Amino acid sequence: MEMLLSILIGLLFAAALYQMLSGHFLRVLIGLILISNAANLAVFISGGLHSNQPALIPETTQVLTGEVANALPQALVLTAIVIGFGLFAFALFLGIRAYRDLGTLNADKQDSLTKESAQ
Amino acid sequence: MSVLTWLIALPFATALVSFFLRRHPSVVWVGTACLAVQTILAVSLLQSVLVDGPTAAALGSWRPPFGITIAADALSALMVLVTAIMGLATHIYSVRDISQESKHKGFHFFYHCLIGGITGAFLTADLFNLYVWFEVMLIASFALLVLHGKKDSLKAALSYVTLNLFSTIVFLTGVGLLYGLTGTLNFADLYEKTRAVEDAETLHLVVILLSVAFAIKAALFPLYFWLPTSYHTPYPAVSAIFAAMLTKVGVYSLFRLFGFIVPADPMYQDVLLFWAWTTMGFGVIGAAAQSDVRKILSFHIISQIGYMILGLALYTPLAITGAIFYLVHHIIVKGNLFLIGGVIEQRLGSGQLKKIGGLYQAAPLLSVLFLIPAFSLAGFPPLSGFWAKYLLIQASVEIEAWTSVLVALAVGLLTIYSMTKIWAGAFWKAHPDQVVFDTRAPEASIVPIAALSVLTVLIGLFPNVLLDMAMQASDTLLNPASYMQAILEAQ
Repeated sequence: MEMLLSILIGLLFAAALYQMLSGHFLRVLIGLILISNAANLAVFISGGLHSNQPALIPETTQVLTGEVANALPQALVLTAIVIGFGLFAFALFLGIRAYRDLGTLNADKQDSLTKESAQ
Repeated sequence: MSVLTWLIALPFATALVSFFLRRHPSVVWVGTACLAVQTILAVSLLQSVLVDGPTAAALGSWRPPFGITIAADALSALMVLVTAIMGLATHIYSVRDISQESKHKGFHFFYHCLIGGITGAFLTADLFNLYVWFEVMLIASFALLVLHGKKDSLKAALSYVTLNLFSTIVFLTGVGLLYGLTGTLNFADLYEKTRAVEDAETLHLVVILLSVAFAIKAALFPLYFWLPTSYHTPYPAVSAIFAAMLTKVGVYSLFRLFGFIVPADPMYQDVLLFWAWTTMGFGVIGAAAQSDVRKILSFHIISQIGYMILGLALYTPLAITGAIFYLVHHIIVKGNLFLIGGVIEQRLGSGQLKKIGGLYQAAPLLSVLFLIPAFSLAGFPPLSGFWAKYLLIQASVEIEAWTSVLVALAVGLLTIYSMTKIWAGAFWKAHPDQVVFDTRAPEASIVPIAALSVLTVLIGLFPNVLLDMAMQASDTLLNPASYMQAILEAQ
């Protein structure tokens, strides 16, 4: 399972970088979604994967016993997802605003627009 | 609550109050008062750290190394103090600089969040927590960057947002891999575990990811392109606090990473050295090609960052001391120069050197106030920049790193060239259109500039005070036993 997820993370990173190299902001945004998911998955599997072994302490004892899933990476990922969501919402709105004001999201065309207006 | 917790809590409390008061004129006074209190708290923290050694506090009821710990050694305390001073100075400047409309949109809320995020990043002793503070800083800086909604700042924001988001995602990936490798994120715990790691390749990979993430933040060559395209677009007050603090958080993180978290390795030093030379060189050459005040200053941030990285790369006690001295000096001087650049643009309506001039005759006081940080940046004795450069060059001579000496001196010379260009363009030559402009800048703009210039002169005349602090900071960084003990025993 770890192996499969690792390959998936690699694919996500590759796809995201490909998208982000584009001059069009919309594709950069798609790349950002993909790459943040890839990073979140990387953090998630860093603690090792255990299925059906929640980190719960039985009522009778005080400490965890046996192999259990590591709860810390899960907490980290939740934090990262929330932060990533907020930042992405901002980036998306920035894109909308830039499209309205600049008329295009294509970086190359923006440059020629600003040059025209400067002349 | 300890003073550490207060230092982080106060800016966010101020931010919250500022949000509700955003349409009320008193928001300015509340902010100024809170930042003054923040400065006093930071002084008391620095005082106690210098006398009693590093201090730490555990947040929540989780004991270290499991919970989030915040800690301050001399380096952190020094940085927190400079943040508070710059925060206060820029805040006073912002009174006249920021439009009423932007204040109503919540300028003060984002500004205090930014100060809180920066302070948090300097104080945390947990790698994931550092990531969170980076994001707090980022989102606040995004909002501040586009606050006045002009077209060029929107365009700048597209690249600024993309590259900075990318850098934090790279950072997060590094954090994940490091956790997988060591099972901890606490600085003190990491110090021990990274030295026991057997899988050197994966550790190198983590170091590459983290250092690239921090290098984007710190604007090192070749990852600096977002900086000169964006720093000249927002309000001058905003670009002053960005220029003074944001890149320095990246530099500070690199210091923590290479000076503390991972074991020293000659390979890392070589890469850092290469980074330092190229960053210094490309930054200063880029500045020489520019003709807009704030663009010249933006490129100078990059070349000056190179000096700090040079100190880290040489990795001797004297070099690290010099780099920390440089860090503090540069924050004060560069923030001040951006504020002066703001006054120039405000008085003359433009920052383009071709279109402006005549300030020396019209505003002699401002001219003197410009010369102090400009000469300091170029390294004229007896100003603060002279000592900063002197320490680094002395450190390079000591270990016979002649290339570094050469690069440092050459970049210093080229810095003088750019500063002369601003002097000649904006101050010395007559205004091209012979426009008569209002010569008196408002007090709210001049007071912080004058205060920061005086501070620069004071550091220059009494370098020993800051030098002693920098020496203690570099000593704790290289011999971190007391810092680690404080973190691990935090309550």
